[in-house]
Amino acid sequence: MKILLLTTVIVATSYIGYSQQDDGLNITGNIESIFQYLNEDPLIDATQPDSKALINSYMNVFVTYKNFKAGMRMESYLPRIQGYPNRFDGTGLGMRYVGYTNDWVDVTIGSIYEQFGSGMALRTYEDRSLGYDNFLDGARIILRPYKGVTIKGVYGKQRLSFEEGKIVHADGIVRGIDGEVNLNSVIPNFEKSKFKVTLGGSFVSKYQKDNRQDLILPENVGVYGGRIDLRYKRFNLGGEYVVKGQDPSSDNAYIYNYGHAALINFGYSQKGLGIILSAKSVDNMSYRSDRDKDLQDVFINYLPAMNKTHTYNLVATLYPYATQPVGEIAYQAEVLYTIKRKTPLGGKYGMTLNGNFSIAYRPNQNTNGINPNDSSRVTYTSGPFDMSDSLYWRDINFSIYKKFSKKFNLKVSYFNIVLNNDVAKVTGNAHGLIKSNIGVIAAGYKINKKHSVRVELQGLFIEDDDYGNINDNGNWATAVIEYSISPGWFISIIDQYNYGNSNVNNRTHYLYGTFGYIKDATRITLGYGRQRAGLFCVGGVCRFVPASNGLTLSFTQSF
Amino acid sequence: MKKIILLFTILTLAIGVNAQEEKKQKQLPSVQLKDMEGNVVNTAELGLEGPIVISFWATWCSPCKRELNTIHELYPDWQDATGVTLVAVSVDDQKTMNAVSMYVNGKSWEYIILMDPNGDFKRAMGVNNVPHTFLIDKEGNIVYSHNNFALGDEDHLYEEILKLAE
Repeated sequence: MKILLLTTVIVATSYIGYSQQDDGLNITGNIESIFQYLNEDPLIDATQPDSKALINSYMNVFVTYKNFKAGMRMESYLPRIQGYPNRFDGTGLGMRYVGYTNDWVDVTIGSIYEQFGSGMALRTYEDRSLGYDNFLDGARIILRPYKGVTIKGVYGKQRLSFEEGKIVHADGIVRGIDGEVNLNSVIPNFEKSKFKVTLGGSFVSKYQKDNRQDLILPENVGVYGGRIDLRYKRFNLGGEYVVKGQDPSSDNAYIYNYGHAALINFGYSQKGLGIILSAKSVDNMSYRSDRDKDLQDVFINYLPAMNKTHTYNLVATLYPYATQPVGEIAYQAEVLYTIKRKTPLGGKYGMTLNGNFSIAYRPNQNTNGINPNDSSRVTYTSGPFDMSDSLYWRDINFSIYKKFSKKFNLKVSYFNIVLNNDVAKVTGNAHGLIKSNIGVIAAGYKINKKHSVRVELQGLFIEDDDYGNINDNGNWATAVIEYSISPGWFISIIDQYNYGNSNVNNRTHYLYGTFGYIKDATRITLGYGRQRAGLFCVGGVCRFVPASNGLTLSFTQSF
Repeated sequence: MKKIILLFTILTLAIGVNAQEEKKQKQLPSVQLKDMEGNVVNTAELGLEGPIVISFWATWCSPCKRELNTIHELYPDWQDATGVTLVAVSVDDQKTMNAVSMYVNGKSWEYIILMDPNGDFKRAMGVNNVPHTFLIDKEGNIVYSHNNFALGDEDHLYEEILKLAE
């Protein structure tokens, strides 16, 4: 019997080998493994785990054959590296699906990644660097009955966790339908018009049993909304508005208010100039498939933060801002302008100017005529873009980039960031507004055809708090040097120095060195030293990393 | 014993079949993405002649921008010599997606831009992190990829493109 089975496998394997030659059997995927050996470092609050060593490993395999598709991800935490949800453990299948696709229908059963519109009603996605994966385990159908028309339907339970090598699902069931029409494709004679119109609409509903004795909880909670996207030559204007039904949850302290989210984006661009303006209004829009969960668990929707994603170490990692799902009104403007080459300022290669402004406020919550203790449990009223004067966040930044010669380029940047640490808490050492000014000089020099070097100098200067004391951890300075030999090697050293800490004993150097080897789609890096938590970019790739002291070895491979 | 001989025979045949075949390379997976004008594009049917470079990037990824800005200056020459087309796939999600057209036009890039806000194409291509650059031949086979950017890598990529243009 065993031999028969083996024979079948061999024949099947050789058949697959054959089919790869003739027609579309296609296998893609990737591997990632991160190993850490960590030391105790009380000075920076880095601890040594009991096992001393930690390892995360992943392998994705995606197969398509004619109209069929299948995919899976094996994942392994023995135990998980620092910064990952501490319940992740074991080895097993973390994601898997099968499906069928042709020109007008696409069906998937299993783990589903999907986004409706801008994601404010529904978005399931994986971000491995954050340990985030909220896929829907269930079924999805996508129909394209007519050119320019897309209809999607999803049904499933979200991935909440990965324990003892198994997927753990959220309590509630999520159902959703979304439609989108490109009017230029549908209406005759409109196809060639420079005026382009796309309309869309979504409805999402979650079901979770009432688990409270003292409240009558809505078991089915819906979110619905519409969106529009207009383009005319160099202009574009897009907007989406969604409304949520009564959704008492641990996020909103079990109130019975409705929620809303609105997003408006405007853009103008031509050769050498780009401008964007954005506005957002969010109130009571946390939407999870388990009403009792918190932190980053089982969000059904995604509320994009309205600020620039910074990459310089001190700007990105010390005072970052994320959306407040409970409510915020936010605005953003950004301009990018390239001064033409062969002009006095532009020089031989042109010069790029970039300016960005973003701001977020708490929404106005009107309590006039509302008794917060009555049985309706509606505790305030609020409308779209009805904002208070309570500041959450403000970011003003400029940068100038100029390439002086084939070998040398320079970028100078300034950032002014104000963060309300009482609301968007990033540190335990500060109260109220944290005001910081950051300057960065980054220079690149190409030594010869294969060798190049980059240097960054960064300084963060914090303003005193309202009582005249040094706020948070005071001033910082950072130096980065990166030496690359194309295409295979790099070495980099970063030192972050907290020279302005009010506690002299905490004026620490965070020194970290990385050595890397890249061959085609294989990448091996070895790092050693102290790391702060945050978005960390080195040798060409950016990722989120937690605070630690020790050795990190990482291997990635795509195939 | 007979069974074992049978097994060996089949095994040998199977290996023979596998060894004889000309190894076909990985093809571009089919994913529906939008371009900057909002038109839907199937990644497996880009309809381009000549070699294609697919570069995964994001507005928040400095090395990605360094790569595409470096190639930008060489791109007219590359196109004339090899007929190559560069497709820059932005993995910016909704947070920064709006900044893509601003950056692309502000820098006067002439690449084909596709938007992959939920990472569908990134996942299908097996991309771990950006920048990740692929080279595709005229038959649609993925012949080369590189998961990094350092100055000088553009020359290495061009050498690979030249091999295809021969």
